[in-house]
Amino acid sequence: MKILVAVKRVIDYNVQIRVKEDGSGVNTDNVKMSTNPPDDNAIEEAVKLKESGKAKEIIAVTIGGEKAQETLRKALAVGADRAIHVKSDNYIEPLGIAKILKKIVEKEKPDLVFLGKQAIDDDCNQTGQMLAGLLSWPQGTFVSKILHKDNAIEVTRETDEGLETIEINLPAIITCDLRLNEPRFSSLPNIMKAKKKPVEQLNAKDLGVDIANRIQQIKVEEPPKRKGGIKVSSVAELVSKLKNEAKVI
Amino acid sequence: MSILLIAEHNNSTLKAFTLNTITAASKIDEDINVLVVGNNCQSVAKEVSTIPLVKKVLHCDSKNYENFLAENLTPIIVKLAEAYTHIITSANTFGKNLMPRVSALLDVSQISDIIKVNSNEEFLRPIYAGNAFATIKSNDKKKCITVRPTSFDPAPTSGGSALIEKIEPIDSPNVSKFIKKEETKSERPELGTARIVVSGGRGMQSADNFKLINAIADKLNAAVGASRAAVDAGYIGNDHQVGQTGKVVVPDLYIAIGISGAIQHLAGMKESKVIVAINKDGEAPIFSIADYGLEADLFEALPQFLEELNKLNTIQK
Ligand SMILES: Cc1cc2nc3c(=O)[nH]c(=O)nc-3n(C[C@H](O)[C@H](O)[C@H](O)COP(=O)(O)OP(=O)(O)OC[C@H]3O[C@@H](n4cnc5c(N)ncnc54)[C@H](O)[C@@H]3O)c2cc1C
Ligand SMILES: Nc1ncnc2c1ncn2[C@@H]1O[C@H](COP(=O)(O)O)[C@@H](O)[C@H]1O
Repeated sequence: MKILVAVKRVIDYNVQIRVKEDGSGVNTDNVKMSTNPPDDNAIEEAVKLKESGKAKEIIAVTIGGEKAQETLRKALAVGADRAIHVKSDNYIEPLGIAKILKKIVEKEKPDLVFLGKQAIDDDCNQTGQMLAGLLSWPQGTFVSKILHKDNAIEVTRETDEGLETIEINLPAIITCDLRLNEPRFSSLPNIMKAKKKPVEQLNAKDLGVDIANRIQQIKVEEPPKRKGGIKVSSVAELVSKLKNEAKVI
Repeated sequence: MSILLIAEHNNSTLKAFTLNTITAASKIDEDINVLVVGNNCQSVAKEVSTIPLVKKVLHCDSKNYENFLAENLTPIIVKLAEAYTHIITSANTFGKNLMPRVSALLDVSQISDIIKVNSNEEFLRPIYAGNAFATIKSNDKKKCITVRPTSFDPAPTSGGSALIEKIEPIDSPNVSKFIKKEETKSERPELGTARIVVSGGRGMQSADNFKLINAIADKLNAAVGASRAAVDAGYIGNDHQVGQTGKVVVPDLYIAIGISGAIQHLAGMKESKVIVAINKDGEAPIFSIADYGLEADLFEALPQFLEELNKLNTIQK
């Protein structure tokens, strides 16, 4: 079995982001960047499937600028066999990303594509479902557990109501929740070895897909700030304030 | 201009958040048609027909639609979408799973999780876990939109009499199969719509200790929430998680207990009207957004809290 994993480079989740004063976006200069967190779970799951003998090859793919390669190197250090870097210096919307991934899928013919459930920068939560639609493949979204069967997989999905289990035919798209597994750290020898693994470079605009953005960002602003309140000294004071001042109980 | 709004339901009753989504849609255009697709869901179609803001109900039944698998629902929605300019649903796990698949097949760039409607093509949405708001304009001819329900009031539910049109189902691809659902049934109000939410974090230390929170929730007729850390540790089910990758709640009162206040958690609760934090670490970031902060050990504070609540004879419901 062959697995394709889509990984995105985003501002690290620990960074307190800053909105640019001119309203054109969020400051990314000299800001720590990392792999989008659930994409680490996606790679981890693929590596586990390889270790258990179910998968033969893992290909990591990213779409982004020159530095997006760092994300691929990390995936290779954790256990991906090779990587594809689709170069684009501009932000591409999930629909465009899904079209690019479809091209890669048609070429590589994987049995499974793993993605994160949501990119923590644009918070779109679209790409995997779009790719599944474009390919007419089944989709397991927000997945926290995977069980292998012969020509299908059983996935447990996190929903608003609790958990749902569905069985989907292969080939399939899976979008991973952070609870799917515990991503490992890469060891120094593996980081060294990863440097020798092949990374193929392509240009987004050479792929023959329409990646023009349809959504215009008019402005980005800071949300209204919440002003901090007071500290109370006892539970009795808290309850009294809630009752008599805030009038919420 | 006209709107196709996809209702969320369980084949017998409408999910409350669909009402908030209808309100959002009404700010785009008056011509709102609601699709009720499922199996034997005529009671839902009936229910939707009494919502005054709804102009027409499209009711489509099939065994294949019973469990709302995105693979099976997409073809009928894509077909119906031909006649509409806006396809809208709620930004919860139902809509998040379904809408992008529909959107891609319509070759539309989806707009996720809107919190405000500026015009029929311009919207406001949070990015970076709500640490920035983006005003965006869609240049697509058709627009596929998911709505953050807690940012809009629920639409009134009685007095309407919309026409119910029966729609023939179409073939489903049969590539996925529903196996089972594990849902925790609770007598408490739903997390998404509760007036008061009492949430516990890693500071609770065990599933068993959540009974301290449950007792207070019962007293206040509140829903129980949790941080991701508490869910990851197995103290409580995933459906209780509040935050960037969980639920967004906007109650009148949110009480965060043993929760540090990571930005990913704040993303799901910082719009609450009144926020209370109980934490033994005076430096915890949650205090910077709390209206009332109590620096205390929760294992001492919670029993006292319950006792004080018991002394009050008039708790608002
Ligand atoms: C991509 C991504 C998405 C995420 N999405 C979410 C999300 O949706 N929701 C979410 O909540 N998190 C989310 N997280 C996780 C988030 O970053 C934090 O790790 C998490 O919110 C921490 O949970 P916590 O506050 O319960 O635990 P901690 O940060 O460990 O805080 C525990 C708190 O309890 C206090 N405490 C301990 N003992 C006591 C006591 N006896 N009495 C009083 N106080 C006590 C401590 O002082 C501390 O402040 C996400 C993370 C990532 C990377
Ligand atoms: N530029 C990109 N390169 C590679 N994968 C991406 C890219 N953008 C999104 N993805 C994948 O799609 C998932 C969901 O992203 P989104 O739909 O933007 O929330 C991410 O977790 C990634 O797995």
